[in-house]
Amino acid sequence: MNDMQRKPPAYLQDSGETFLHKVEAEAEKDPFEGVDFDELEVSIYRPRTAFSIILTWIVAIMTLMALVPLFAVLWMLIWRGGKKLSLALFTQLPPAPLEQGGGFGNAIIGTIIMVAIAALITIPLGVLTGVFLAQAQRDSKLAAGVRFSAKVLTGFPSILAGVFAYGAIVLATGGYSAIAGAIALSILMLPTIILTSESAIAMVPAKMKEASIGMGATGAQTVWMVLLPTAAPGILTGVMLAIARAAGETAPLLFTALFSNYWLSSGGRFNVMQPTASLAVLIYNFSGMPFKNQVELAWAAALVLVALVLITNLIGQSFSRQQVQQ
Amino acid sequence: MASIPKQTRLEAQAQAKAWNPDSAWQPPTSTQRFLDKVFRQLCWGFAALTIVLMVLLVAEIGTKAIPAFREYGLSFLWGRTWDPNKGVFGILPEIWGTLYTSLLALFFGTLFGVAAALFLSESYLGEVAFKFLKMFNLHFHPFWGKLPDRLEALLKNLIELLAAVPSVVYGLWGLFVVIPLIRPYCNWLHDQFGWFPLFSTDLSGPGIFPAVFVLSIMILPTITAISRDALASVPPKLRMAAYGLGATRWETILGVLLPTASRGIFGGIVLAFGRALGETMALAMLVGNANRLTLSLFSPANTLAALLANNFPEAGGKEIPVLMYAALVLLAITLVVNMFGALVLERAASKAEAK
Repeated sequence: MNDMQRKPPAYLQDSGETFLHKVEAEAEKDPFEGVDFDELEVSIYRPRTAFSIILTWIVAIMTLMALVPLFAVLWMLIWRGGKKLSLALFTQLPPAPLEQGGGFGNAIIGTIIMVAIAALITIPLGVLTGVFLAQAQRDSKLAAGVRFSAKVLTGFPSILAGVFAYGAIVLATGGYSAIAGAIALSILMLPTIILTSESAIAMVPAKMKEASIGMGATGAQTVWMVLLPTAAPGILTGVMLAIARAAGETAPLLFTALFSNYWLSSGGRFNVMQPTASLAVLIYNFSGMPFKNQVELAWAAALVLVALVLITNLIGQSFSRQQVQQ
Repeated sequence: MASIPKQTRLEAQAQAKAWNPDSAWQPPTSTQRFLDKVFRQLCWGFAALTIVLMVLLVAEIGTKAIPAFREYGLSFLWGRTWDPNKGVFGILPEIWGTLYTSLLALFFGTLFGVAAALFLSESYLGEVAFKFLKMFNLHFHPFWGKLPDRLEALLKNLIELLAAVPSVVYGLWGLFVVIPLIRPYCNWLHDQFGWFPLFSTDLSGPGIFPAVFVLSIMILPTITAISRDALASVPPKLRMAAYGLGATRWETILGVLLPTASRGIFGGIVLAFGRALGETMALAMLVGNANRLTLSLFSPANTLAALLANNFPEAGGKEIPVLMYAALVLLAITLVVNMFGALVLERAASKAEAK
């Protein structure tokens, strides 16, 4: 009933003109009729354009402001830490309160040793997990679970890695040690290495893998002789980024490796089962002290630490550049 | 054939003669097959170990917290005092401090982080450099012509370098540079607008505002990197369509690009929030470690991570389960936030793929 009552659309109504007439009349009309050309002209006096330009400037200024802290930090490090820089810093032990001079040789060695142990644990673990993820079936539940936990671990608070190592290692072995610190660091390094190796291996062209398998290589041979060598630059980038991050971490070391004013040896023998100094914890401890010498040492240690971290980062990035060029 | 040097040809022939086809024709030996099996199992085992590790992390902190949970129960969460001598523990001020500093830092970090991401994804810097080169007619020059791209890459790397600076160094900088620098202005704000709850105390040293300042710098690179990726993955045809309809650049950004990339940007913000919640050193150095429940930006306060960092090294036997309980609360908060962020990003990625 309603359908019958509805009027047909205008162009179907018989008004003596055919549809074609209307189209022709439409075509003869000036297509630009009613268009205000002044309105279309780009001019900064128009609100729309002015809005666009102003926002562009705001965003540019905000980006610059975001970079100010980076330069401010680097400048302060060079200015305040550079003053103190000398060879003695790298060879001497931290000074006692009110003592002048001193250095942080043991902290540099402690940082390097703990990061090295952590790297020894995480590189095989992380790279092989990455291989597994890259090779896994699309619907593999284990792969999905591993990927998800790696992603969640990326955001794992570093202090909780320290709490874990404290509960699992320090309480179990009965003392603060470089090993406990290294294990705390390895928890933070693992997800980075897993995720970067997975994406590096997944980026190897499928035809290389297929060619290798087609020639009769076993899965392990394909991984070792084709996938890993080809993906090496990407994997190394991930490893270097993880190392750089671990070297700068303080929170996991605070109550696992603690700190020490002495070299990493007991009774003349090298020993990793004792409290160990690290650059990051030294900066934290010395920054809270009311002595000028210690604060200056903290700045110098910060300069050395940032230099170490940035150099490691840059080396890592140079690997990824190699991969791009291939 | 003639184009190949004779030397190379001879070498190739020698190699072909020396090649023993048997080595390739034979199937994998049993040792090779055994090694392959071992390798597969090893990969599988290591992958499973990652999940085991995560379960272990939660279990370790959880079981160590049980004694404290039995003793204090849930009232631990809204207790306001922390006194090891009397054995009274409560972490409401720490929970509040953690959320308050993180949310404030997130606000500033998002504002500047997304702005930087837009600046990068619109490649403004390259555009300006290109226009500048064009003035000197150098824009196709083999050396200078690469300048716009190089500047863009430099800017991107600089923002990523912000994330590479260790947090303890930011803490040191905040302690000796930021606090003395902002103190007069903060105290002026307090003098003028002391009636306003945000400015109700003066800044006498460490406090919430310096901590938030440094924290927002630390989370900015995360937000910028993820937002930039999200903006870059918006299909170019959407932008072209918007320009074609006559939209200005910012009408396109606000009306098309940001809404399309919003899911990815949101995921990045959530992940940055997780990072801010768990950030320890800068806060332990800058927030003041005062057990106070306050709205004021200039008052000292405390956060869960800073509480752990400051009390763990000299904790007695009775305090350790309590600290483990606090760690468990922090773990729960960050795990929920991180899982949510990872899920949002995964959804955003699968949605982008579906397009």
